[in-house]
Amino acid sequence: MRNDGKPAVVIGAGPAGLCAAIELKKAGAPVVLMDENAKPGGQLFKQIHKFFGSQEHKAGIRGFDIGKELLAESLRLGIDVRLKTEVVGIEAGLKVWAVEDRSKSYTFDAGTLILATGATENALSFPGWTLPGIMTAGCAQTLINVHRVLPGQRVLMVGSGNVGVIVAYQLMQAGAQVAAVIEALPRLGGYGVHTAKVRRAGVPFYCSTTIIRAEGRESVERAVIASIDAKFQPIPGTEQTLDVDTICLAVGLTPSIELACIAGCKQIYIPELGGTMPAHDEFMRSSLESVYVVGDIAGVEEASTAMEEGRLAGIHAAWAMGYMDETTMKTKTEETKTRLKALRQGVFGQKRFEAKKRIVEGRKEA
Amino acid sequence: MSAQQSLKTSGAPSLEELKAVGQLASEKDMEGRGCLCIECIEEIPCNPCQTACPQGAITVGFPITNLPVIDRAKCTVCGLCIPACPGLAITIKSVKDDTARVRFPWEYLPFPAIGDTVRMVDRQGRELCDGTISSITNPVRNNRTAVITAEFPRKFVQDAISIARRS
Repeated sequence: MRNDGKPAVVIGAGPAGLCAAIELKKAGAPVVLMDENAKPGGQLFKQIHKFFGSQEHKAGIRGFDIGKELLAESLRLGIDVRLKTEVVGIEAGLKVWAVEDRSKSYTFDAGTLILATGATENALSFPGWTLPGIMTAGCAQTLINVHRVLPGQRVLMVGSGNVGVIVAYQLMQAGAQVAAVIEALPRLGGYGVHTAKVRRAGVPFYCSTTIIRAEGRESVERAVIASIDAKFQPIPGTEQTLDVDTICLAVGLTPSIELACIAGCKQIYIPELGGTMPAHDEFMRSSLESVYVVGDIAGVEEASTAMEEGRLAGIHAAWAMGYMDETTMKTKTEETKTRLKALRQGVFGQKRFEAKKRIVEGRKEA
Repeated sequence: MSAQQSLKTSGAPSLEELKAVGQLASEKDMEGRGCLCIECIEEIPCNPCQTACPQGAITVGFPITNLPVIDRAKCTVCGLCIPACPGLAITIKSVKDDTARVRFPWEYLPFPAIGDTVRMVDRQGRELCDGTISSITNPVRNNRTAVITAEFPRKFVQDAISIARRS
């Protein structure tokens, strides 16, 4: 245990970072929460749907309301939240280099670092992909749910994972038509209850289908799609043209690992969870003793699991810093792990559960 | 596409897929006060239906990826579970003489009005027949998921699931 007075610095104020900071502060540990955005909450404030899970995972509550609850808790606890603050470097000895408001640069010493930097949406390149009107699904979701701007009237969604089908549904709620959801794999990716509500609204799903090109003079006017074979090659003669003014790409996310790389965390490649990410142990500790990774940076999942991972790291860091006794740490960790495990069961969760085990194995080897 | 395996290719479950997991209500179940229909055939971690039920008529249990099981003897068809389901997968259906009713969740604007003629749709979004809106409820506890009831000809009761969205 150590208590050298240096604060824990949490980088990223999304669901994982907020929960980590809340657990630390509740234990009485000094904590600074930094985020490059003007508002905390990460992606929670554009999640207008009701969350899955059970009561203790805040199931049935809409994402933005969960965001509001976490913010209220962080305010009540008096957490030092520094917004519009980009962390641009981590130097030896956990010296954090931050730039505030794009104008003021400073460094300070962290005792513990919790990286909750999230993930970045993948792009997909095809002829015409730079035309205005082509955007990631998360971008469309920000436009409609945060800025209340409808990006177009008729949308093609590329990708049928939960992000694709949830955003397709929300685009219809915002007043757009969805021309189709296409999926390269032979089977749809998202939860059946999500695809079912989009399907009953009359949206066709096309499996084993890809986008060939986007057409239009100044912006998207049409999308050409085609069936693909088992080797993902387009089958001649199956092209179909859809009149759309917007194409949304929901083709996965990649963990945002830049700061973890700078800090020197050992990385591991886990394709099911988004690619290369820092290996971590069951307490979310990276290969470096005092650096934790939580949320999508530690493998792309969802907000519910991100919050639990944040809590795991916050609890363990509070103990490691000397602000929590071992019995309390162990009890709270077990409770959190039980909730986390509940989210990683069933046909969808099992794959993630196995992949997370490999991440933990990867750290042991480090 | 085979009708039996529809959920992961067309997006919506077929009647056979629902039947295979015991989630296809019979018309007999729908007689009288009607019956709860939950279309949740994949193991996802979710149990607000169980939590919402004041009668303890819906069981998910542990792990929370179990499919929900309805105890029809306990269910009073109060409908509290309809807006509680994050997957919008719950309806209540009833039949009387030649008329059927479906109570379903709704999150699109504009809302229809009571007495409006609407188009009933099936799980694949195909329009089946005309229907008439007989009730709309959206109390605060629903957290913005309205619950609408529509009446339509009985012969469409197994296929009808919702109404066409207006744009």
